[in-house]
Formats: sequence, structure tokens, C-alpha cells
Amino acid sequence: MSLVLEGVSKVVNGKTHIHPTDLELRAGTMNVLLGPTSAGKTSLMRLMAGLDVPNTGKVIWNGKDVTGMRVQDRGVAMVYQQFINYPSMSVYDNIASPMRLLGKSKDQIDQAVLNAAELMKLTPFLGRKPLELSGGQQQRCALARALVKDAGLVLLDEPLANLDYKLREELRAEIPKIFEQAGSIFVYATTEPEEALLLGGNTAAMWEGRITQFDRTPIVYRQPVNATTARVFSDPPMNFVSVRKSADSLSFGDGQTAPATGTFATLGDGDYLAGFRPNHLELSKPNPTALSFSAKLHVTEITGSETFVHLDHHGENWVGLIHGVKNLKIGTMLDVYLDPAHVYIFAEDGTSVAPASYATAA
Amino acid sequence: MAKITLDNLAHSYLPKPVTEDDFALKELNLDWSDGEAYALLGASGCGKSTLLNIISGLLHPSQGRILFDDKDMTMAPTTQRNIAQVFQFPVVYDTMTVRDNLAFPLRNRGADPAYIKDRVQQIAAMIGMEDTLNRKARGLTADAKQKISLGRGMVREDVNALLFDEPLTVIDPHMKWELRTQLKSLHHEFGHTMIYVTHDQTEALTFADKVVVMYDGRVVQMGTPQELFETPEHTFVGYFIGSPGMNLLPAQVNGDKAVLGGTEISLGKGFGTPKGNVELGVRPEFTSLHAGGSGLPVTIKRVEDVGRHKIVRADFQGTEINVIAAEGAEITPDMNRIVFDPAGVNVYSDSWRIAPMGA
Repeated sequence: MSLVLEGVSKVVNGKTHIHPTDLELRAGTMNVLLGPTSAGKTSLMRLMAGLDVPNTGKVIWNGKDVTGMRVQDRGVAMVYQQFINYPSMSVYDNIASPMRLLGKSKDQIDQAVLNAAELMKLTPFLGRKPLELSGGQQQRCALARALVKDAGLVLLDEPLANLDYKLREELRAEIPKIFEQAGSIFVYATTEPEEALLLGGNTAAMWEGRITQFDRTPIVYRQPVNATTARVFSDPPMNFVSVRKSADSLSFGDGQTAPATGTFATLGDGDYLAGFRPNHLELSKPNPTALSFSAKLHVTEITGSETFVHLDHHGENWVGLIHGVKNLKIGTMLDVYLDPAHVYIFAEDGTSVAPASYATAA
Repeated sequence: MAKITLDNLAHSYLPKPVTEDDFALKELNLDWSDGEAYALLGASGCGKSTLLNIISGLLHPSQGRILFDDKDMTMAPTTQRNIAQVFQFPVVYDTMTVRDNLAFPLRNRGADPAYIKDRVQQIAAMIGMEDTLNRKARGLTADAKQKISLGRGMVREDVNALLFDEPLTVIDPHMKWELRTQLKSLHHEFGHTMIYVTHDQTEALTFADKVVVMYDGRVVQMGTPQELFETPEHTFVGYFIGSPGMNLLPAQVNGDKAVLGGTEISLGKGFGTPKGNVELGVRPEFTSLHAGGSGLPVTIKRVEDVGRHKIVRADFQGTEINVIAAEGAEITPDMNRIVFDPAGVNVYSDSWRIAPMGA
């Protein structure tokens, strides 16, 4: 089973929602579409489902061109951010409804419903109406209905976005387990990097109607091929600093210089963009080759076990995530350090020149 | 700005409440200091919106009083309370310009036009919307509209308190950082008394000086983020704060020793002989995995890579224990023992924390 998009694009009222996109998804895989609102996640899903017809390109399902085929004829299940259930039917009947439409036998339906209910922890509630359930249970009901459909393609559009934080945390951990057993192609849209990491599988980072990278999730996270992907896949956002390399020395915007060691030593002379994640910024020097910067402390946020420091480094806004609770004085200059092994190097146009060496060492 | 006092406050939506269960908000006494930033944190249905509505005057409590700077405001309507509110969804006048939206609360109160002009400019700079001041709000993104709502909430300098009800729900993660940081720096700058309602622990902890955790209509703990993290007073606080939350394990505790499923561990501090349902609470941050040696015997079930660290799900006699390991830590199959850092072990009896002896 496979779903292939070939040069698929979508333009609405002269505005490009999806630029020509190629993508191949295989059976039994979880595929995350990760990007901010209006990056094109929902638009791309609608093209996959057949809810919209692309302006260019083809949608190929199991080797067969299905571009333009109606969604009803495609074997697709969708779950949305809003919990959509039939309010007048019991939970059992809600879950059973897609199978009844497919004309399955009573026994088949019964078995599938009970299975799905068990997976979604809904067994005690099968007799209730959806509105008598909590938000988390209502969404489990919608997920169960998508599962029994036994569709080859299951599209989940930010299914946990309307749930409380803790419920989200629990369902997030369960969803990959459930999907491992099902064998369909799963596509899951989210705006949250951490959700993508927990779901695992593959991730397509999206930005302004384009897939900026598609690969196994940890690879997209640790080896982004461009600065846009790095930005999309980092929460809090990745920090950037301009750097010029000439001969064996580096100079940063603030006039500070450092010897070009490690990955930097291999770069040609020129201007680059160096990126690093907030959790890699440190308050004490980790090793003799660490880069050091002086930045103004703008705001601190304490999570209980960690401290976020918001810094102004010569007009560049940085965020650092420091282990432990640090009571620092706002408005003062702070010395911060960065292990060169944690630095991603991008060309001025954002293309990756060298991923952080720690990420490729493993 | 004002100090807010909740005095024997309780609320029931029933006409004749009898038992404690009848109350959506159980009796509470709390002081909210002038100029501090508070977060009200809990799951949906915990009573946090009820409490917020009582503070704002949308709801009159069934019992008790609410005081602003010691003045009884229990029955005062919202308009007399002099508070600003920002809601979950943007409340913006589409046909007005961004400027007029921001100026609205000031014009309503007949402020001086020259002052309004300066103040609106100042707020626009803070929310980063100086360039859009003259365009109509219609057609702006949800993010931009919510920024306007936040800006309008902060435009008046003379309010008693600023109330935020899940204000970042509709905002993209990237933007959440920016807006929250702005709120934080505004608080630092102006010292408003702020109350921020949320179910999101990160928002609550990073925003507030003090977090008020609610569970089942009750305030179970009010404390700094560090207190909530290190010494949760109730197991719910342990569970709700932290991702994953605190590990809870049934134990027999005797003095400075605990026995968990046949394995004895040292607690480092004395706890006497606690009665009731006794459990140890240990956050995943205070656990470590080892190959052999002392510690609780476990089997690793799953390792989740969440980027900046790993979450290891281990099984201890049918109970899941979560361990947080460093990003670069190698988790090998021969790791079969979990060790707790005594500094991070709390003891609970019937869900409430027991203070160690001599503490």
C-alpha cells in the first residue's frame, strides 16, 4: 500500500496554498505534517483525501491514479480538531456507523467496535451518548470510528489540539501504539515539535505551502537540511547568529572573534548563519573550545526544574533553556556559552552547510 | 492595582447545597498580593473558571466575601471592579482600526486624547503592531487579533487587576513564546496584579510568580514553580505538573527506610511511621537507570526521544516508572535497576505530602 503525490499543487483565488509537492508514503507508517498555522498542512491533507482536486499533479494510490476520484470512493478516514460525533447515537453506534455504511455483517461490526473501544478505553461508555463523555473521551470516540473503518489512509488533523494538556500527553503516548497495530498509512498534522517527536515515524516539516524536509522524525529534528526546517522543528525556536569565517578565525556580529575549530575549521571563507537550540546554551563553560557570548537578560521564566532565559544579543533574540532554577537579575549582561559541537551551520540562503557534529556522531 | 482577598469563599451552582460535593468551588481563603503575577492551573472542570468569574463579578459566590484592598466587592458588578479581562478567543471590533480597538477602553472612560495617542502608541510597540495601527482589524490572523485583545487588556494603567482566561489557546507555538515573554516583561515593567487561568503547565509555570493549583474544586497548593516541582503538597500536583508527571509508588515507610515491592531503599530523611495509603512520589528528573547494582529491579519497555531529553518507560512489578535521561545518554538493554535521588523523594499519606522530620 502506498500513497504518492506527484507535483501536486493547489491555488485558491490566485493564492498558492500548496506549491508543487512530491511525497511518497508507505503502509504501516506514521507521517507527521509539522508546521505553524497556514503552513499548508490541512490543504495537503485535503488533497490526499480527495476532498480537493489539485491544480497540477497526480495523486496515486497503490499505483493507481486517483486524482479527481471522489472521497467516498477512496477508503479514507479523517479525524479533525473538533470532536465530530453523532450526538443522538450511542458511542457504540457512533463507532459502528462507518461499518454499517460499508454493509458489514453484525458480527463483524460487533467485533470491530469492541476491539476499537478497548484500544481507546471506551468499553465502559459504549452505551452513553457522546455529549455525556469528557472531551478526551469524545475525541477517542472519533478516533475509534476512524480505526474501525479499516481505511488504507487515516488523516488526523490536529486531533489533540482541543484537549487539556495532560489528556494530550496521555493520548499522545497511546496513539503510536494503536497505529502500529493497524497497518494503514497515517498522516498526522500538528503545530507542535514535541508532538512530532513523540509520535515518531516520519516527519514532513512544512512552511508556507512547501515541504521543507521529509525524513525519519529524529533525522529531521537533528539534521535539518535548511534553516526553515530547523525553525519549524524547534520549540522554543532555534537561535541564530551571523558569523563570518576568514582564514582560521570566526567573527560574530558583535565584533567578537574566536578560533575556527571543529566543524568551523572545514568551512570555506565567507558569511554563514549559525543556529543552536535553546537547551544547548549554557551558563558555565562546558569545555575549553566553547564559544562565549555576552547578552542582555530580558526575561527569565522558571518552570520548576529549568529556567528559560530570554536574551538580547546585539539585536538578535535568543532563548536559553538552562537546567535548574536560576534567579538572575533582569537587565544585566550575562555570559553564555555554546559547545561548537551543538552548532548548526547554514549558508546565508538557509541551506544547511554542516549539521551540528553531535547530531551526526551517534 | 490592588490586593485581592478571598475570605471563606465557596460556590455551588445548586440552590440548596448540602454536602461538600455540591460545591463546584470548595471553601477557600487566599490572599493575592498587590502587583504579583498568579496562574490558576487545573484540568477542565476543576473550578478555576468559577473562581475567575467570582473575581471578575460575573458570578456571585454562595458564601464568603471577596475584597479588593480590604473593601468588600462581593456583590459589586463587573463594571465597578475596575478590572481588565482577556479571553480565550479574540474580542476585536472588525470594523474598527487596530488603533481604535486599542484606544477603546480609554475613550470609554473619557481619557485625554493626547494621552490616548501616546498610550496606544506605547502599547502598539509592546505588541509589535505599530505598522498595522491604521488598518481595519478585519482580515487579520487569529494571532494578530489576540495580540490586539492583549494590548487592549493592558492599555489602562489604573485597573485593579488583569485577568487572562486561557489567552494563548488559539496562538501558534512559536507565537506563544513571544506573547508570553511580552506579558512577562510587561508585568515586570508595570507591576499589574495579574491572574492567568490555564490548563497548560508550561504557560502557568513560566508566567507566574506563584501558581495556584486547583483540583476538584479545591486549591491543593499555592506556591512558586520551584515549590510545586520539588515539594508537591498533593499527589495531583505531582501528576499535573511535569511532563511526564511524578512517579507514584505504593510503599511501606519506616523512619528513613522505605520498602517497595520487597526492595528496601534509603530515604535520607526520617518520616516516622506514616499511616493510611502511603506512597513515594519521585519525579522522572530524580531517577536514574543502571545496569545491575542496588535499586529497584525494572524492565525497560520503551524509550521516547523528545529531542532535548529521552523519556524511558520502565516496568516495576506492573507499575510504570518514567525516567528522564539526557539527550546524549545511551540506554542499553542491560539497564535493569532504577535508583532515586533521595533529594527528590517525597512521601505521601492519603495523597497529601508528609514533611520529613526536622524540616
